[in-house]
Amino acid sequence: MFELSQDHEDFRKVVRDFAEREVEPHVAQWDRDSHFPTDLVPKMGDLGLFGLVVPEEFGGSLDPDEGGAFTSLCVAIEELGRVDQSIGITLSAGVGLGINPILSYGTDEQKQQWLPDLVAGRALAGFGLTEPDAGSDAGATRTKAVRDGDEWVVDGAKAFITNSGTDITSVVTVTARTGTDDKGRPEISAIMIPSGTPGFTVEEPYHKLGWHISDTHGLSFAGARVPATNLLGEQGSGFKQFLKTLDDGRIAISALALGLIERMLAESTAYASSRTAFGKPIAVNQGISFQLADLAVMAETSHVLTYKAAWLKDEHDAGRRSVAEVKKAAAIAKLYTSEAAVSATRIATQVFGGNGFMEEYPVARFYRDAKILEIGEGTSEVQRMVIARHLGLPTA
Amino acid sequence: MNIVVCVKYVPDAQSDRSFNEADNTTDREGVEGLLSELDEYAVEEALKIAEAGEGEVTVVTVGPEQAVNAVKKALQMGAHKAVHVSDEAIHGSDAAATSLILAEAVKKAAGDGTPDLVITGMSSTDGVMGVVPAMLAERLGLPQVTYASELTLHGDKVSIRRDGDAASETIESTLPALVSVTDQINEPRYPSFKGIMAAKKKPVETWSLADLGVDAGRVGLDAAWTKVTSFAKRPPREQGQLVTDEGDGGTKLAEFLSAQKFL
Ligand SMILES: Cc1cc2nc3c(=O)[nH]c(=O)nc-3n(C[C@H](O)[C@H](O)[C@H](O)COP(=O)(O)OP(=O)(O)OC[C@H]3O[C@@H](n4cnc5c(N)ncnc54)[C@H](O)[C@@H]3O)c2cc1C
Repeated sequence: MFELSQDHEDFRKVVRDFAEREVEPHVAQWDRDSHFPTDLVPKMGDLGLFGLVVPEEFGGSLDPDEGGAFTSLCVAIEELGRVDQSIGITLSAGVGLGINPILSYGTDEQKQQWLPDLVAGRALAGFGLTEPDAGSDAGATRTKAVRDGDEWVVDGAKAFITNSGTDITSVVTVTARTGTDDKGRPEISAIMIPSGTPGFTVEEPYHKLGWHISDTHGLSFAGARVPATNLLGEQGSGFKQFLKTLDDGRIAISALALGLIERMLAESTAYASSRTAFGKPIAVNQGISFQLADLAVMAETSHVLTYKAAWLKDEHDAGRRSVAEVKKAAAIAKLYTSEAAVSATRIATQVFGGNGFMEEYPVARFYRDAKILEIGEGTSEVQRMVIARHLGLPTA
Repeated sequence: MNIVVCVKYVPDAQSDRSFNEADNTTDREGVEGLLSELDEYAVEEALKIAEAGEGEVTVVTVGPEQAVNAVKKALQMGAHKAVHVSDEAIHGSDAAATSLILAEAVKKAAGDGTPDLVITGMSSTDGVMGVVPAMLAERLGLPQVTYASELTLHGDKVSIRRDGDAASETIESTLPALVSVTDQINEPRYPSFKGIMAAKKKPVETWSLADLGVDAGRVGLDAAWTKVTSFAKRPPREQGQLVTDEGDGGTKLAEFLSAQKFL
């Protein structure tokens, strides 16, 4: 448990090499231009990054006898995240939100139709849960899908959807009300809307504080018609499905935060050792070295929490751990690592002084990128709600 | 087609490289090492040939225990099998001795014959002598075509493009042959996750000098034709010269550059 396997470490080396050679040299420019590097996606596909948790029949590399597939994905996200958070979330969302729902709930036909391209990096998929008026309270979905013959007619809007508007986005799975259940509560289902469906509009990209390289759009649906067979999973189980999707996503976000924290530790240590003030490297001051020590603790703690959660998830997939254990570990890891990530960038920019405020230094980019980690895939408040639920407290 | 690729395990250029104090040889144990980047092009070219038709790619390395990582990377990229020649007596071997060991290893890897094609990088990234390919070809009795920036096979011939300062030559040779390739020839692939997992099941043979029938007295530091007699670490880089811009920064910069003969 306290060491990843040799396979994971071998794979880490390759992803690090890839990130340093294919991403690092371009990333400052892409960030400045808010440019989504479409060409990088198939290269990530060639590396096998999108297929780690996907069985071979759909182009992936999942070998149920080997185990540890989700941990491999976390290693990849961590390593990409060390170099750039936007590229890390492109993978994390591409697999966790794009591929995962189709893989988990799709029929064989749906899987055959969508997965091979997604795994190869020839296409990306998004998952639209959040709406302008339904975020943390995702059950408040207002988007509606009405059955008309053998079609669904979708009306409504989604907000902040990752990977939904790239040149290669093939499909977005959205949650929508499809009726009311016997208790009169809205029934929520998941429906796949292919890019280019008439009535499906991808809005202009957002102007974001960070994650400039990542693709994020609002989506709107005005009488968008898709075949009835585009229902993903059972009608009415959309809510259950996305809660499950989010658990995995939270661990992936932890891996992303971990990559960021490790990078901040490395950057700050190097800078504090070479930058001199009052005739000495600034690192000789405890005021600085203690902050570096704090960064080291954050990196170590984040590593342990992330990979414990990832291990539980892999064990759950092998039928040896309960979903409740994964849920709790995922929420704890996401909460701690994302808050530590924000602290880590604050420390790093402080160690860098004025330079830390300059875009010439990567810490500035990471400072902007960190904040979303406390918001996406469930805010810190939501994570605390989930964790508290596992404490056996009296309910209101 | 049977292809043998010779690869070298070298110290990572990004880590702190040094020499052994005792015998002035390159320190290969105290530093992180990797498959020489220039050899990745050789592996990639072999894989492309094998994938385009039928073929088997065997990678061969000579080096200390950790050198097995060089062939492991090549197997992860897609090579079929690997040979690691490892023997205490090899330590300190010069290029001539290395080519002797490689020649025997290549022959044995090809089932005591000659492979159809031997591919190497154009030079190592540590020693940077670039003579092993030529010596190896000589020992194997093969025609050599070196510094290939393009390689084409037709029938029992191989032709390459060699880019010189004044002209690009097209050179043809009969097979079997030895070709050394430059970093212009292709773009080496990264190992995929599948490749990494598949590599675990691929055979790696470890051979000693005795396995190859090479007399230990002909290799190693004592048999070397040349020796490094001393080394001195480069002095650390000095602080650069600061040009203060008082409206004439551009001129000062140009003066500095032309004084250093950059302009
Ligand atoms: C860049 C980016 C990419 C995203 N990608 C996707 C995507 O691909 N797919 C997708 O579906 N969504 C995506 N999201 C949406 C994201 O998941 C939501 O923004 C997030 O869940 C919060 O929802 P909200 O923005 O509506 O905030 P709200 O839910 O309005 O929350 C506002 C504040 O109130 C707090 N709060 C809410 N309820 C409670 C409570 N009960 N107790 C205490 N505090 C509470 C919240 O924690 C928060 O601090 C993305 C967002 C961003 C910014």
